[in-house]
Amino acid sequence: MELVYTAEQEAFRAEVRQWLEVNVPAQPLQSFDTREGFEQHRQWEQTLAEGNWGMVTWPKEYGGRGCNLIEWLIFEEEYYRAQAPLRVNQNGIFLLGPTLMEYGSDEQKSRFISKMASGEEIWAQGWSEPGAGSDMAAIRCRADRDGDEYVINGQKIWSTRAVFADWVFCIFRTDPESTRHHGLSFIFVPLDAQGVTVRPIEQLNGLPGFAEIFFDDVRVPVFNRLGEEGEGWKIAMSTAGFERGLMLRSPARFQQSAKQLLQLYYQKRNEILDTSLENDVVSCYMDAEAYALSTYQTASRLMAGGTIGPESSCNKIFWSELDLRIQTTAMSLLGSRGEVVPESESEQGELGQWLEGFFFAQSGPIYAGTNEIQRNIIAERMLGMPRK
Amino acid sequence: MDFTFSDDQKLFQESVASMLAGEVTPDSIRARWSSESGFDEAAWRQCAELGLTAALVPEAFGGLGLDEVDFIQLAQECGRVALPEPLVDTALVSVPMLAELVALDTALTDRCGELLSQVAEGSVRVGAAHVINPYLNFAADMQWLLLAYGEEVHLVPTESVTLEAHKSLDPSRRLYRVGDWRPSAETRLIQGQDGARLWRAALNRGALGSAAQLIGLSEAMVAQAVRYSGEREQFGRAIGANQAVKHLLADCAVKNEFAKPVIYRAAYTTSVNARRADCVVSHAKAAAARAAMLSARNAIQVHGAMGYTWECNLHIWAKRCWALDKAWGDTGFHENRINEWLLMADAPLGPENTFGAGRIPGEINDNNPLNEVAK
Repeated sequence: MELVYTAEQEAFRAEVRQWLEVNVPAQPLQSFDTREGFEQHRQWEQTLAEGNWGMVTWPKEYGGRGCNLIEWLIFEEEYYRAQAPLRVNQNGIFLLGPTLMEYGSDEQKSRFISKMASGEEIWAQGWSEPGAGSDMAAIRCRADRDGDEYVINGQKIWSTRAVFADWVFCIFRTDPESTRHHGLSFIFVPLDAQGVTVRPIEQLNGLPGFAEIFFDDVRVPVFNRLGEEGEGWKIAMSTAGFERGLMLRSPARFQQSAKQLLQLYYQKRNEILDTSLENDVVSCYMDAEAYALSTYQTASRLMAGGTIGPESSCNKIFWSELDLRIQTTAMSLLGSRGEVVPESESEQGELGQWLEGFFFAQSGPIYAGTNEIQRNIIAERMLGMPRK
Repeated sequence: MDFTFSDDQKLFQESVASMLAGEVTPDSIRARWSSESGFDEAAWRQCAELGLTAALVPEAFGGLGLDEVDFIQLAQECGRVALPEPLVDTALVSVPMLAELVALDTALTDRCGELLSQVAEGSVRVGAAHVINPYLNFAADMQWLLLAYGEEVHLVPTESVTLEAHKSLDPSRRLYRVGDWRPSAETRLIQGQDGARLWRAALNRGALGSAAQLIGLSEAMVAQAVRYSGEREQFGRAIGANQAVKHLLADCAVKNEFAKPVIYRAAYTTSVNARRADCVVSHAKAAAARAAMLSARNAIQVHGAMGYTWECNLHIWAKRCWALDKAWGDTGFHENRINEWLLMADAPLGPENTFGAGRIPGEINDNNPLNEVAK
């Protein structure tokens, strides 16, 4: 155990900080759940890619820097410190990217990865269906083999970013006789393909952050299948492992929010009547730090050849409930001012992003497997409690 | 940056865990409850044979010369079996105090060095009576006591002080209030700033050791509740198949998982500079106490009426948890230390300070008025 950054790691941090100081847009971008904001964010992905900062952990041949996980954590810390734009392609770079590296053929990697890294192709995720939410193995959407193609029919729902995205990665039932998690395959579909209809769903904040996708005799080449036919569940679970585990919600995001919360409290401390809020603020900060420490521990273990174990299910619960506490505490600190939707520049200055964060935090314990499902997974797989 | 334990550290943990699991059973703990001293000399000898009392003793005095990072998971294992003997306080608090005394003043080499060798071999025990703990656990079974007189550190033979016995809620603990004793130039080892720093480091090490034991206790209680919930059947199936029961224990697991790295960071920081570790140690103690308190509550709940009996072994662990929750500073004390520290105008915030780059170099801690409480 050596909890000190090396000189190289400190130099890397300085390099990231310097690049971000020069390149992060001075004005915050519009929400990526608007057409204009989406294209602004795509442009930002392009800027990142030009500096080879798009996905620092990827090999150099795919536009990355071959960084290890500790360097990735440092990058993320600096990224959130600089308040750089959110990653519109997070489904691609954090979820699909690592899965493609593991299961993709060389041809698939060269076809998809660099365009993903450059932001030229933005990805959505298509797993849930109207009848398959928490019970994901109840998937019914079909992809029937026809020569060198699959013919897709059915519906996906709650597909994040699908309204403006270019591609969606899905799990379809390729064996019509199969049930549950057998007979599923992992397939990519271009969202402009004939027979695809994307219907936006307005989220709690009034923006179309996700969509329903209807497939009506949509034809895609077999080349678009990741891994073997019938391997979809296994591959999806590896994607889910990344999602819950390490990449999707880096601790830096919550450390930055918690730091801002502490600063908000510091400004307002003389006008606050509820003395318990001080403890709430500080406990949010310390829990964000605990999440960071846990992630550094996992990263070190992976770098030493270990694996992400079932204890990674604890992550999802911890960060989503932490985020809720951070945002809820911020709203309490703002008091009745917190109700105001910040529109003017002075309101934006005073109220910041807290309302948007508060809305979004409501979804944390739901998406990527509800926290109730996570608790079942912890109880059954980590603690060994009986399924039935 | 490397947040893993070495193979040697893991091996030591495994051998300690297996010795403790074999020797420190619920039956043997109950046997201590009905003995007069409550202290099992044979268990102490076995701990000494395995090197536990010698762990942090410098090699020059017959010890293993290990540090807090080497010891932290051993303390966790002591908690896991609810070891009654005050091994963690001895090895992690008294021993480093004596070792630092030698380092501060070579005139103390004979006196403290001799004691260190005896502690290492297991023949002598030294208790450190920090003012934050009104009662000293197993004081009557120590041959020597380190006592505070203001900032001064005094070393007195236990037989020269009056001890007032008190019963603990945890029958495994034997509490004593140290009564009359007379500080003198002969008993005084160190004074002034050096003394204050030693006591502050002792508080941090004591809280760190309690945190590690608490998380060991916490994991043990969850394991017992998991086992029971798989055996106990109602409505024709194991009660552990019910989501309401699963979620009680999953909540404990989440708290345990996120307390452990906090404890390990505190161990590392303490090994670098125990006097500068206030904030991270307080974080560790508070996080471990919250996790263990929840595990005690939920494990009792999962055991149903059995959980509320004297017969069921669970209360051996729950009661230790309730006692250690208050030892070496309760959660209020530690959270106050964190709050004061974080809400300073120039507190070094942000992830770049997680590992103490801005945290250890710290006049910071010396300026913290709350540390006066700890002295």
